[in-house]
Amino acid sequence: MIDKTVHSVETALADLSHNMVIMVGGFGLCGIPENCIAELVRKKVNGLTCISNNAGVDDFGLGLLLQTRQIKKMISSYVGENDAFERQMLSGELEVELIPQGTLATRCLAAGYGMPVIYTPAGVGTEVAMGKEIRRFTYNGEEKEYLMESAFEADFALVKAWKGDTAGNLIYRSTARNFNPLMAMAGKITVAEVEELVPAGTLDPDHIHTPGIYVHRIFQGKTYEKRIEQRTVLNPKGS
Amino acid sequence: MLDKNGIARRIAQEVKDGMYVNLGIGIPTLVANYIPEGIRVVLQSENGILGMGPFPVMGKEDADLINAGKQTITLLNGSSIFDSAMSFGMIRAQKVDLTILGAMEVSEQGDIANWKIPGKMVKGMGGAMDLVASAKHIIVAMQQVNKAGQSKLLPRCALPLTGVRCVKKIVTELGVYEIAEGGGFRLLERAPGVSVDYIRASTAGTLIVDHEVCEMHD
Repeated sequence: MIDKTVHSVETALADLSHNMVIMVGGFGLCGIPENCIAELVRKKVNGLTCISNNAGVDDFGLGLLLQTRQIKKMISSYVGENDAFERQMLSGELEVELIPQGTLATRCLAAGYGMPVIYTPAGVGTEVAMGKEIRRFTYNGEEKEYLMESAFEADFALVKAWKGDTAGNLIYRSTARNFNPLMAMAGKITVAEVEELVPAGTLDPDHIHTPGIYVHRIFQGKTYEKRIEQRTVLNPKGS
Repeated sequence: MLDKNGIARRIAQEVKDGMYVNLGIGIPTLVANYIPEGIRVVLQSENGILGMGPFPVMGKEDADLINAGKQTITLLNGSSIFDSAMSFGMIRAQKVDLTILGAMEVSEQGDIANWKIPGKMVKGMGGAMDLVASAKHIIVAMQQVNKAGQSKLLPRCALPLTGVRCVKKIVTELGVYEIAEGGGFRLLERAPGVSVDYIRASTAGTLIVDHEVCEMHD
């Protein structure tokens, strides 16, 4: 079996350089590649174009890279949790492309499935449709307009999984799955950080979410803060 | 006049047994608290859940288990987890029966705006554009009049659109409306203690009142 293991995050991202396009998995702060983000801060790579559903919060997740002005452009669907982001965007310092969440997910999928374009009704009649090819199709007995959207191209995809093996096979846990398996398929180089790295042959092949063919480098992350963005509980005061 | 919980309680009556339902952030989330006994529904959360349950008890929060509002939640028996492409795949394929979401503005043609105020607030559309472009049935939960006293039920939306001609029904603090064929807000029910005249004064778009309109009941 081909061994995809690298022994440190420094090695995994050694050739990630200025002005690259990177994908970063996660939804909010859930399932983000914490070790890779910390390494990008340490490496001081800048001018990055970052494809990620959200932009973290001010002091965690991608918010760390916004604080240090390492991101030139964000491609996201929702950025409401990050004040620094909103300031940099409104002042024009940061270039931002907001796109529908399903479009973002499916453009990753298309990249991993070898399909150069997809058609989606999301955004028809809105500013998202500006400059895009529109075609009419019938689906489910209803004819309507669809926008043509292209597959993403990214130099690196940085994803986080729960378990992985040395062959690069990945298993995600709960809703930390989100965009991770889609981005894992879409990077020219995909780097996976996992909470637990096991020898090939340990994981049940029937349980693999991302087959190792899509993963170029895998390492076990050091520590995971797994910060909770909105801690909500039932009857918080016992009422 | 209804408060937020009153709006949520009224919308809960629109949820039918056996439905798969996506609830947006804000008032729509509260709808889950008022689904009548005996009505079995499955809640979809677009970050990749079918069968979303209530918040966890204190101490049982799991950072890996959140809803689309980034809140810690639980899973019910029979739930499933999937990636974001499949989540929007089932939305696009119209497997989700009902979408309930908030809005800043709705037009009398059923257009909706809820993601951007140019130059002021840009949070993004999240999954809203995908949901409104594909859902078979869309109910909007919103305040009809903003803090400055201006109606948000308009002839045309002024803000950047989220979707066109997609809203079917609207529930506000003042009443229940459907978008009439050919346009206009058809008043279906009044909130308790609210007159048709008051509603007319609070609706900037065309209001259609076909008959004597009942007060809503619990």
